[in-house]
Amino acid sequence: MADFGGSDLDAFRTEARDWIEANFPKSLKGKGSMMMREERSEPTPDMDAWRKAMGEKGWGVPTWPAQYGGGGLTPAHARIIQQELGRVGAYNPIGGMGVMMFGPTLLEYGTEAQKKQHIPPIVKGELQWCQGFSEPGAGSDLASLQTRAEDKGDHYIVNGQKIWTSGAQWAQWCFCLVRTDTTKKHEGISFVLFPMDTPGVEVRPIPLIAGNSPFCETFLTDVRVEKDQVVGPVNGGWTVAKRLLQHERSGLSGAGGGGGGGRSLVKLAKDYVGADESGRLSDSDLRTRVIMNEIDGRAFQLTAMRAMAESKANSGPSAATSIMKNAGTRWMQDRAELTIELMGHQGLGWEGDDFTAEELGAVRSWLGGKATTIYGGSQEVQNNIISKRILGLPDPK
Amino acid sequence: MAVLNEEQTMLRDAAKSWVQEKSPVTAFRKMRDSGVELGYDANAWNEMAEMGWAGVIIPEEYGGSDFGYLSMGLILEETGRTLTASPLLASGLAAASALVLGGSDAQKSEWLPKIAGGEVVGALAIDEGAHHAPEKVALKAEKSGSGYKLSGSKSFVLEGMAAGLLIVSARTSGKPGDTDGITLFLVAGDAKGVSRKRLHLADSRGAANITFDGVEVGADAVLGEVDKGYALLEKTLDRARAGLCAEMLGSAVQAFEVTLDYLKVRVQFGQVIGSFQALQHRAAKMFTDLELARSAVEAALQAIDADTPDVPELVSLAKAKMGDVFHLVSNEMVQMHGGIGMTDAHDAGFYMKRARAAEAAFGNQAYHRDRYARIQGY
Repeated sequence: MADFGGSDLDAFRTEARDWIEANFPKSLKGKGSMMMREERSEPTPDMDAWRKAMGEKGWGVPTWPAQYGGGGLTPAHARIIQQELGRVGAYNPIGGMGVMMFGPTLLEYGTEAQKKQHIPPIVKGELQWCQGFSEPGAGSDLASLQTRAEDKGDHYIVNGQKIWTSGAQWAQWCFCLVRTDTTKKHEGISFVLFPMDTPGVEVRPIPLIAGNSPFCETFLTDVRVEKDQVVGPVNGGWTVAKRLLQHERSGLSGAGGGGGGGRSLVKLAKDYVGADESGRLSDSDLRTRVIMNEIDGRAFQLTAMRAMAESKANSGPSAATSIMKNAGTRWMQDRAELTIELMGHQGLGWEGDDFTAEELGAVRSWLGGKATTIYGGSQEVQNNIISKRILGLPDPK
Repeated sequence: MAVLNEEQTMLRDAAKSWVQEKSPVTAFRKMRDSGVELGYDANAWNEMAEMGWAGVIIPEEYGGSDFGYLSMGLILEETGRTLTASPLLASGLAAASALVLGGSDAQKSEWLPKIAGGEVVGALAIDEGAHHAPEKVALKAEKSGSGYKLSGSKSFVLEGMAAGLLIVSARTSGKPGDTDGITLFLVAGDAKGVSRKRLHLADSRGAANITFDGVEVGADAVLGEVDKGYALLEKTLDRARAGLCAEMLGSAVQAFEVTLDYLKVRVQFGQVIGSFQALQHRAAKMFTDLELARSAVEAALQAIDADTPDVPELVSLAKAKMGDVFHLVSNEMVQMHGGIGMTDAHDAGFYMKRARAAEAAFGNQAYHRDRYARIQGY
């Protein structure tokens, strides 16, 4: 592969353009966002081919090290790939928890053997990971988890129950927090990996209010975990988990996409509510609330841009990063509420041909979006983090 | 905080240390207690002008430094922290902007060097009613000889008592509410027929109602074009609004930090009240809102410097958001301080009073939400 210096980004753009032109199946044009949102469906041959091509090239994770199959490129090159994909309506088929959360964490904390084993399949999009963190009694207070790993000499035996395991019914591997020391809280937790087809792993999808089941209960009964599959030190898993949660939160704030997607709220409002002769929304109360949401969304996007500029200039995270999850999810939930409100009765359809796909989608988004202030550290946990870590407010005595 | 260049960092640091040393909130309190008619400390203003602050947005050929609006915003943010009262916003930013944007060479040569040096205070005489409404101009300018005769009145003129130069919006055709038919005039503060009455406002800053009783001006007093002054006025106001937002940001951040400090020392029920989650989460909410508001304010100032077409919407975004956040933070400052926050001896009341005056100036949140919506097409 050619060596691209900083000076020949233009040459790289040409190469990226040509490569995408040659490899991206035209039938998939514009289908990227739909595929990310939809529940799992069988991939078509074109989808498989595209995933394979991007996986072999390493461009699904352009900045990951080339020795594990990543692109080995700079962020500037990564941006070019993203732009060139967008230009022709293509999408990045390599995603999921492995890319967003687990991969970056393993690259930082994993052993050489672990990286060699687990990173290449993530890069190629060959297998899916799921997250075994929360338990029935350990949600916001994650460190109180009880799933027990017993030391059996050359391996561990794990017993316990995980919940809210996203995508567990489709995942081949699980990264999981287990208790290896019952006498300490945070310092008794280890971060382990095991295949989902290990005997004793049982998965039950949980139907949610939005009608889908993106999360599962995962029961672990005498599950064997090899000792070389512990990431970080034994009893040092909490540090690894915290870093992984940082990756999760920055992915969940919507800072990257910053969209909300679909039609503009303004146009939607005019279609459903109507406008007066001067072009204003005729419902003045709704108009004010729509404006306030638009303003919040814009301020959020400007903050995402500012945080990016600051962290680039200061080579460290900006203080603004800590607010992104709450600000982003608050805005998106308000927006979803406004959307069904302005659709009126049409915004209450559950199914059937009396409603448009957009209307049905709005209802499911409104319901599904309620999870965003609960998972990945609830709104309240985020506020605790800001209070304590950023503002320096003390714990109660 | 926006990424700053070297000169901006220096300017910000200079402003920070001057404000801490020479203009803490106690200086504002002293000014208020003195009842000085100008509504600011003239000595402090002289020092600010000597440091070149009044000329930050004025081109070098007219005695300024041409550092731009983000730079001016950095100074205003620092002065806002301690509620420093001065004509910096009204004169060095608002009046100077009107001249830079719309002035003839002669007008610029006459006024800008004096504004940059702080010898003359300029002020916008725009509003006529209880609410900001720059198109509702009834003050009449009638042809008189080769010039014009101005009759009518203006209300809530910021730094109206100090103003040596008034930039007056007047109606040369049409009726109040029309955007066509508005013309801007440069009127010397000591012109015959100008009379002012000081307004005693809750925030103790300098403001006046000004009456124009057949004030004669020459044709060369027209700033920009006759009947077409509204566009220039809007551009000027957007710069004034963005600058005011920067000042509000500084005040709000300071109000928040003072409150946060208090949460860490005030003990009740055997512990500092900042350990109570009810208060922690309100503090986290304020911090979140302040970060969002900062992004909007800085984006507006940067857009003005880059002269991009989205200046009006970004300015309205900033004024609406900043107004809401300063409102919240100033209320919480009083509430979280408890009884002491209700006393005149504490500074909390100053911040709350200033918040309301700043919210109302150049359009409150409702005004700018509506304007933002109209620009967005609904």
